[in-house]
Amino acid sequence: MPFQHIDMNPHLIEVRHLSFNRGTHCVFNDVDIDIVRGKITAIMGPSGSGKTTLLRLIGRQLVADKGAIHLGGKDILTLNRKELFEVRRKIGMLFQSGALFTDLTIYENVAFPLRVHTKLSETMIHDLVLMKLQAVGLRGACDLMPRELSGGMARRVALARAVVLDPELIMYDEPFTGQDPISKGILAQLIRSLNSALNLTSIVVSHDVQLTANIADYIYVIADAKVIAHGTPDDVMNSNDARVRQFIHGLADGPVPFNYPAPNYSQDLQLEPVVKFAQESVSC
Amino acid sequence: MLNFLQRLGATTLEIISVLGRASIFWWRVIVSVPDWRNGPNLLIRQIYFVGVYSLVIIIVSGLFIGMVLALQGYTVLVRFGADQALGELVSLSLLRELGPVVAALLFAGRAGSALTAEIALMKVNDQLAAMEMIGVDPLKRIARPRLWAGMIAMPLLALIFNTVAIWGAVVVGVYWLHVDSGSFWANMQHSVEFNEDVLNGLIKSVIFGAVASWIAVFQGYDAVPTSEGISAATTRTVVYSSLAILAMDFLLTAIMFGVG
Repeated sequence: MPFQHIDMNPHLIEVRHLSFNRGTHCVFNDVDIDIVRGKITAIMGPSGSGKTTLLRLIGRQLVADKGAIHLGGKDILTLNRKELFEVRRKIGMLFQSGALFTDLTIYENVAFPLRVHTKLSETMIHDLVLMKLQAVGLRGACDLMPRELSGGMARRVALARAVVLDPELIMYDEPFTGQDPISKGILAQLIRSLNSALNLTSIVVSHDVQLTANIADYIYVIADAKVIAHGTPDDVMNSNDARVRQFIHGLADGPVPFNYPAPNYSQDLQLEPVVKFAQESVSC
Repeated sequence: MLNFLQRLGATTLEIISVLGRASIFWWRVIVSVPDWRNGPNLLIRQIYFVGVYSLVIIIVSGLFIGMVLALQGYTVLVRFGADQALGELVSLSLLRELGPVVAALLFAGRAGSALTAEIALMKVNDQLAAMEMIGVDPLKRIARPRLWAGMIAMPLLALIFNTVAIWGAVVVGVYWLHVDSGSFWANMQHSVEFNEDVLNGLIKSVIFGAVASWIAVFQGYDAVPTSEGISAATTRTVVYSSLAILAMDFLLTAIMFGVG
């Protein structure tokens, strides 16, 4: 059964007042995010700002401390384990590493969700797997093992596996990281074309500004445990917020600090105060 | 002093927390509804991995332990002119204690460490997370077949260990030291009770298999997803399994063969 459409809510996902801490570090503080059905929404922000954590919270691999995450009308935080796994069948996720099962061939990796969740005949599974592999350009690699693939190819296989059950939502975790320009272009094109062809809702987590802005319909920028900007790619690219401008234009100087919070540098190095040192130099 | 108490408290809380997580893990794996469609294939595959791959070490160790047991037993028994009782000594030692315990220790070292490393690596590579997001519960798909495989393979390995060890004892005792073959086998048959010795030994093996597999699978699942984390988890599997097997052995021996 698809996610609820009865209320004609244009948002497939509604994140409300989300707060999440890791130990003493606040990752999210009262965050609201809406993911529109049928669109590509990009979540951008500096490294360590909690982009991947947000995906894991939406998939409930992590549990929020406060707030609610409504997915197709259901609050995922209130689902029991069985219901949660039911919901996850309608979600595809592309992990940063690909996360292919290393003991299975490429063909078996893509066939895995079909074998587990459907009772399709072997012929049908064969056809579906080859169609999905063809869509990502890797039909010829179906007999290879994951270790024989490059990083970009592994992600394309993972993409084929993520869409093989025709999910309604697909989440991409840093799909472009560590890819050469050709692989990046191919992946970006695949994300766009799959979203249109399969009528998916996509969430792309990335800090590749230009590429992500090219394929996204809507962008959220998160930093300092908050959403600091959101809007269409044009809105965000032309934002006047200093933090957004620093991130978008990759500026070294700005409100987003380069250094991790630390005690006073001189104290850490146990240096004598400069004035005292200067006085001693003069007296000599 | 305050620091010491603080550390003691933190360590105690950590131990309780780990025990709690391990118990919930065990409960979830054991009570979850079996997957009748894919379950049998996964189980057979895991029995093959933990059982068949452990055969070499079990057979070789069994052979040498049987031979050493016969040699040591003979040197003591012959002083009292009781060398005819060698079959009894060897068989009871093996069936009641050495077979289940040594086979379980070898199992923990060979299969247990491999299980931990495999599952921990799956965690590092996000394979477990991917499985969860595909809508497959890793506890059912990964943990359960491995746990049951350990419980099924362990008594079979202990039986093979015992058989090979007795054969090793025959080689040394009968063929090398010339203990009378008839007395050797007759004493063995006379002294060994099926329920008391063979069955109790097998029950021990099943329990050791369950404990060793539980520790191995949980440690893999609970490992910190780094290379140091995998290394530490693998070490913990071998150490904790060995200690648990020895402690359980004392407990079970006291219950099964307890004095009085």
